[in-house]
Amino acid sequence: MNVNPTRMELNRLKARLKTATRGYKLLKDKTDEMIRRFTSVIKENKLLRDSVEKEVSAVLAQFSVARSLMRRSDIELAFSMPSVSLKVECTTGNVMSVAVPKLSLEESRAENVYPYSFAAVTSEADYSVELVGKIIAKLVRLAEIEKTTAMLADEIEKGKRRVNALENIMIPNLQETIKYITMKLEENDRGSRTRLMKVKSMMEGRNQ
Amino acid sequence: MQGKMAIIGDGDSVLIFSAVGIDPYPVQDSTDAAELIKKLAKNYKIIFITDVIAKDNDETIKKYLTSPYPVIISVPSKSGSNGYGESLIKEAMEKALGIDILFNKNDEEEGH
Repeated sequence: MNVNPTRMELNRLKARLKTATRGYKLLKDKTDEMIRRFTSVIKENKLLRDSVEKEVSAVLAQFSVARSLMRRSDIELAFSMPSVSLKVECTTGNVMSVAVPKLSLEESRAENVYPYSFAAVTSEADYSVELVGKIIAKLVRLAEIEKTTAMLADEIEKGKRRVNALENIMIPNLQETIKYITMKLEENDRGSRTRLMKVKSMMEGRNQ
Repeated sequence: MQGKMAIIGDGDSVLIFSAVGIDPYPVQDSTDAAELIKKLAKNYKIIFITDVIAKDNDETIKKYLTSPYPVIISVPSKSGSNGYGESLIKEAMEKALGIDILFNKNDEEEGH
């Protein structure tokens, strides 16, 4: 670093080094803990996604059978008034000071799960409505956890970068500059001391 | 704060989700979906997208990754998953950990 080798600068740098070391320790601990949480979250994410993917494609395949038995306009009419009104409560949770989405499903089921009269719709459609009602809770959970994973991953990457910058650049730089200033000051000190000794011996020689 | 849910899908099969109160938006073309995502992101908290479309609109979706809402999640289409969802998990894992802790079984098999 390009600094003036003065005592004031030295003190300032020493304070900075102290802060940097402390910050480095804290950040490293934080990143380690985030990684620990991340590994457990991502395992759940993987399991959930596997099961949801199977179920969703089953539902969609089932429904495409149902749809092929009915006219499009009928389908749209039948499903235009959902009897199961789902409300999702959206808040933000906090995982290691990362704001993550928190979703909770509020289900208010009507007496009749099927949003249409039976006369108009085939039994295949009934079946797919039943299936979709079952997987919705899982879907919402997946939404929450997958976003959490993505955001944690992002945050961990940032944290790692900061830790690395501190460890490999900032701290060595500061240490090197501190060493340079200390040596420069000592050198100046020695310089002035020899000068004084020289002057003293010269004055003594003149007096004799 | 209450949010609404939407689903964007290829084909009409997403209509079924309207039975549970998720608004369906069938699209035929992946290129239309990018505009739709941007529009829906303002009004909906959770957007499900079938992975065929999600794969083609990867960049648009990634933009929403850093804020808690909207949550954009890929679901498989009726013909099964194309691995987009898994690739997202894998990506996140490699970004955070640098190593593969879930799928490493596959890698070993490839290595042999």
